[in-house]
Amino acid sequence: MAAGVAIQPMEQFELHHALGHFGASVNFTQANLFMVAGTGLMLALLHYGARPAAIIPGRLQAAAEMLYAFIHDMAVDQIGEEGKRFFPFVFTIFAFVLMGNLLGLVPFSFAYTSHIAVTGALALLVITIATAVALREHGLHFFSYFLPAGVPLFLAPLIVPIEVISYLSRPVSLSVRLFANMMAGHVMMVVFATFVVMMGSAGGIGLIGGAFPVALNVALFGFELLVAGLQAYVFAILTCIYLHDAVHLH
Amino acid sequence: MDVAAAKALGAGIAVIALAGVGIGIGNIFSSLIASVARNPASQAQIQPIGFLGFALTESVALFALLIAFLILFT
Repeated sequence: MAAGVAIQPMEQFELHHALGHFGASVNFTQANLFMVAGTGLMLALLHYGARPAAIIPGRLQAAAEMLYAFIHDMAVDQIGEEGKRFFPFVFTIFAFVLMGNLLGLVPFSFAYTSHIAVTGALALLVITIATAVALREHGLHFFSYFLPAGVPLFLAPLIVPIEVISYLSRPVSLSVRLFANMMAGHVMMVVFATFVVMMGSAGGIGLIGGAFPVALNVALFGFELLVAGLQAYVFAILTCIYLHDAVHLH
Repeated sequence: MDVAAAKALGAGIAVIALAGVGIGIGNIFSSLIASVARNPASQAQIQPIGFLGFALTESVALFALLIAFLILFT
């Protein structure tokens, strides 16, 4: 390892107060700033995309409509006709996560989805709402969810705990998946960026060798762009699947 | 054993899980290709499922990677 250069990939996830004195007094961090920015950008896209309401959409309108139709079709496909009721919720979750993932890729910005506190809160929200919907739709009949139909009764002592554990582990896997994806991606980019500095500080042949990590980092940016979209999609589709279970009980 | 050496070894052991993930993702895409080759009309329906499976499998890799990072960098 080159002298003086240490890999510090966790530094980027530290929270700092944003907006100067005002931010410090109300604990407004850069994560909050990017949440506001992401929400504002998405609202702006939808507002200015929907305003022309042209029959032949322009680029902005096409982007807004495709995003809307994509999530709408997904919600209806996965949940069924009731999906229309949950579409605003699913779309909000998707837009928030997508904006967090994408804004995180802008250099010197911050990906708020790389914090387990954020993804954990989102996942808890999803699970709480899914459970509340299930209890409202089915009442106490909801608990039959933990014993699938057609299972012999003598297997119940085995099946019920497994189903309960799998139900309770949903928010954990939902939140850790998004958080780990974003964190691992950003750590990887910092590690390869540090390789560039290490190579450069070695001098001589290292100055040429440093081009390889740069090229790799460019490729990683492309990959992270894919991951950003894919993880937002996965978060939204799993939300839909959980809501489907809540509405239909299996 | 030196703590730093043990950390490096532990991080290396933690990512052995990636072998299984590699097999899993290979399986998903080989099945995806086989299904699309048999019935090209079904591609629009199958592809999202394939990518969902890919993302779910990849998340296992990232759990392992996360553990490795936690061992190495904290």
